[in-house]
Amino acid sequence: MSPRTTPCKLLTIICEAQLENDLVDDLQRLHATGYTIADVRGRGACGVRDAAWPPSASIRVEVLCDERTAGNIVDHLERRYYAHYAMVLFLGDVAVLRSGKFTS
Amino acid sequence: MPFEPVILFFLLGLTAGIARSDLKIPGVLYESLSIFLLLAIGLKGGIELARHPVATLLPQALAVLATAAAIPLVAFPLLRRFGGLGRADAASIAAHYGSVSVVTFAVAAAWLAGRGIEAEGHLIVFLVLLEFPALMIGVLLARGAGNGTPWGRVLHEVFAGKSIVLLVGGLLIGWAAGPQGIQPLDRLFIDLFKGVLALFLLEMGLVAAGRLGDLRRAGPFLAGFAIGMPLAAGVLGALTGTLLGLSVGGATLLATLYASASYIAAPAAMRIAVPEANPALSIGAALGITFPFNLLLGVPAYHWLAGSLEGAFR
Repeated sequence: MSPRTTPCKLLTIICEAQLENDLVDDLQRLHATGYTIADVRGRGACGVRDAAWPPSASIRVEVLCDERTAGNIVDHLERRYYAHYAMVLFLGDVAVLRSGKFTS
Repeated sequence: MPFEPVILFFLLGLTAGIARSDLKIPGVLYESLSIFLLLAIGLKGGIELARHPVATLLPQALAVLATAAAIPLVAFPLLRRFGGLGRADAASIAAHYGSVSVVTFAVAAAWLAGRGIEAEGHLIVFLVLLEFPALMIGVLLARGAGNGTPWGRVLHEVFAGKSIVLLVGGLLIGWAAGPQGIQPLDRLFIDLFKGVLALFLLEMGLVAAGRLGDLRRAGPFLAGFAIGMPLAAGVLGALTGTLLGLSVGGATLLATLYASASYIAAPAAMRIAVPEANPALSIGAALGITFPFNLLLGVPAYHWLAGSLEGAFR
C-alpha cells in the first residue's frame, strides 16, 4: 500500500431504483460526504431485476466513509428498508488518497 | 382488420418475450417514450379543454369521480373475502384497478378513430382526474387514516410523479396555448403519436411476457379477478357515460378508463405507501392479464356495451 493512502470503508448498497431519493436523503442526514450511483441489473432473492421498466430497475450506491459513519448507515438501512424492499449491502476495506474528502 | 394495428406491436413484444428472444428495448427509451406519450396525451386534452368552458365540465367530472371511487371500494372486500389476500395486498391491487392506464386509453382512442367514431376530447381531463383518487383510497384501505402512513411522501409520490406532472403539465400547456398555439408542435406530438405508441406497446409486450410467471404463482382467483373486475368496471363506466349524455365513443372511452388498471403511477405510489404489499401480484394482474385483455377484447366489448346502452336509454 502506498504510504500516501489511508484506510477507509467502502459501503455498497444495491436496491430498488425507486428508493434513490429516500436513500440520498438518508445518506446526507447520516453524514456521508458523497456517493456514486449507477443503474444495474441482476438477479437475487427478489427474482430477476432486468431494468426493462421502472418497477424492475435497480441501482448500486457506493459510499466511501469512515467506520462509524458506515456503521450508522448500515444500522439505519437495515431498520428502515430490509423488511419490505429488495436491498443488499456490503462493506469492504479500501485505501484512499485524500482521506479528508471522505470523513465528516 | 379486427385489431387496431398498434396492438399487433404489443403481440409481437409478447411473443418475443415468451420465446425468450434477445429483443430488448433500452430502459432509457422506455422512459423517453412514456414521457412523450404522457405529454402528448396531456396536450391533446388541453387543446380540447381550451374549446370548452371548464365550468361546464365540473358536474360531469364530479359524477365520474364519485362513481369511479366505487371500483377500489368493491375490489378490496372481494380480494379479501374471496381471494384470501392480506389487507396490504388487497388494498394495493384495489388501488391499481381503481386508477387508470394511460396507454389503454390511448389505444381505445386510436381504435375509435380508426373506425371513424367520434368521442368527446375532454375525456382526457377525466383520465387525469381518475389517475390519483384510487391511490389515496388504496392507502386508506391498507392503513386507515391513523398514524403510521407517510402521507407527505405518498402525496409527493402521487402528485410529483411523472404521470401527473406530464399529464397535468401537458394539459395546462395545451389549454394555455390553445389549438392555434400548439399547431407548430403538431408534427411531433400529433403526427408521430401512433408510431411512438406502437414502439411503447412493443416494449409493454416484452414486459408483460416477463410478468406471466408471477401470475402462475398468484393462482386462479387473481387471474379471474383480472378479467372480471375490468368487465364489471367497464359496465359501470359505460353506464355512467351514457347517463351523463356522452356519445357512444365517449362512453366507450369512459368505460375503458374505469376498466383499465394502472401500471405506471400505482406501482410507484404503492411501493412507497404500502411497501409490505407484494408488487408481483398487483403488477402481474394489471399488466399480465388486464392490460392485454383490454387491448384485445375489452375495448370492442365496451364499445358494444356503450352502443347497447345508448339504444336502451335514448
